[in-house]
Amino acid sequence: MADAKPRVKVPKTAAKGEVITLKTLISHQMESGQRKDKEGKTIPRQIINKFTCEYNGQPVFSCDLDPAVSANPYLEFTAKVEESGTFKFTWVDDDGSIYTAENELKVE
Amino acid sequence: MTLTRRDALGLAAGTVAFLTFGGKLAFAAAEETAAAISAFTGGKEPATGKITLDAPEIAENGNTVPVGVTVESPMTADDHVVSVMILAEGNPNPQVATFNFTLMSGTAEAKTRIRLAKTQNVVAIAKMSDGSTYIDKKEVKVTIGGCGG
Amino acid sequence: MLSLKSAALAGVILSGLSSFALAGGPVDEELVIDGETQITTRTKAAEGVPFEEVTSGWLYRTEETRALEADSFQNPGMLYVERGEEIWNTVDGEAGKSCASCHGDGQEFLKGVGAAYPKWNAKAGKPFNIELQINQCREDNMQAKPYKFDSADQKALTTYIKNQSLGMPMHVDLAQGDMQSWWDRGKETYYTRMGQLNLSCSNCHEENNGNYIRADHLSQGNVNGFPTYRLKQADMVSLHNRFRGCIRDTRAEFPAAFSDELMALEVYVTWRGTGLGIETPSVRQ
Repeated sequence: MADAKPRVKVPKTAAKGEVITLKTLISHQMESGQRKDKEGKTIPRQIINKFTCEYNGQPVFSCDLDPAVSANPYLEFTAKVEESGTFKFTWVDDDGSIYTAENELKVE
Repeated sequence: MTLTRRDALGLAAGTVAFLTFGGKLAFAAAEETAAAISAFTGGKEPATGKITLDAPEIAENGNTVPVGVTVESPMTADDHVVSVMILAEGNPNPQVATFNFTLMSGTAEAKTRIRLAKTQNVVAIAKMSDGSTYIDKKEVKVTIGGCGG
Repeated sequence: MLSLKSAALAGVILSGLSSFALAGGPVDEELVIDGETQITTRTKAAEGVPFEEVTSGWLYRTEETRALEADSFQNPGMLYVERGEEIWNTVDGEAGKSCASCHGDGQEFLKGVGAAYPKWNAKAGKPFNIELQINQCREDNMQAKPYKFDSADQKALTTYIKNQSLGMPMHVDLAQGDMQSWWDRGKETYYTRMGQLNLSCSNCHEENNGNYIRADHLSQGNVNGFPTYRLKQADMVSLHNRFRGCIRDTRAEFPAAFSDELMALEVYVTWRGTGLGIETPSVRQ
């Protein structure tokens, strides 16, 4: 795929103090650095190496990824929410690119 | 099906050779895995319990194997899970991923999808806020497809 | 029925994997995507199809693989559906048009379209699948270059188009044009043994579906999930890629994608799965 494109699934609303499940997926080859091309040359590693999730600027969850994470990396985790706000998701590529997504949540 | 008996025996012999060779590699990687665990735990031997690693018994393809971890914890300031490291003993490099939790995580549960080079143990180690560590392990059998697999 | 030779082979395979719990046949489960869209994965075979019931390849996969397809968020194939929707709405070519310029909103226009391909194309005098139809549109209407076989955009756009028929019954109209003679030709290919292994499509998918070839659980080879997200490639796999892969695995020379031989096979194999729900993007091993 041309560009890494993130997808996130966050509920629109939650109760105060509720633990909600968040799902994220991003299109990315996760080139492991272990493969060779047709000429027998090693294809250089290029992966998403870091993922973070913040809520209203506070860290919720993060993940350090190695080449053993599958292509189009999927992450599922939880967050405990006390007030309405914005989730910010960030993926960091080996080449320095940063991909982000934001989602609003209303706490009732 | 029209494979001859000779083809079939050749296939079986190949399988044995593969497993033997694979076994040696797994042994070397097990040492690397032990070193990675030791670095994560600060040299302590992790205890069993509290952490559950969820992985399929048989993976249809080693390229995309769903795994999940759950650690029992109240997730309070005094008692929470800091991080969980996932390792694959039989991969060229045992490191797979490390999940880092906060109090705002609410639980210490996470899932991802990983690559496994062959049948092997997947290992998950949790580090708690008091420095204690817990380990769980699952063997995942990786099948070798018949059709271009 | 297993022949003696294949029984002996199966024995070797099973002894090599003695700790595997291998159960035969399709599972008795229902595919409901996101708890909303029920997909027909078993249905009474159309008249002339040599099965009582036709079954989707989904029923031959492990619990984990089946679960991936049943959750449209977790299904990585949905990334390609999203990309395909972008392509649908993006202007390309000298005529300054996108797909949407002529056809409008994809979700409205495309409902049921993908479930009825291949279709007779009078201008070309042959059956067209989605990929060929896209390329004809690109050349004639958009004045854009046709997609190369299995280019990323061809796979994404085809996946998007087929996905708009999710859950609708796959059917092919053999009364159109000369479709019947292409069906005949496809049937001949289906039953022709080829390659150094001397295998026909029917040897695996008709006589041995439900059995194992090494560790692969053979399905009936129905095409209602294509393009399919294959875990092995971690990418979309087109039907003609799969046809070529299967023929390669018999150690035969394989025909070009969209060649008359493979288009005829597509017509015939699509007909065999008549009534199965479109699953695109299905998830397979």
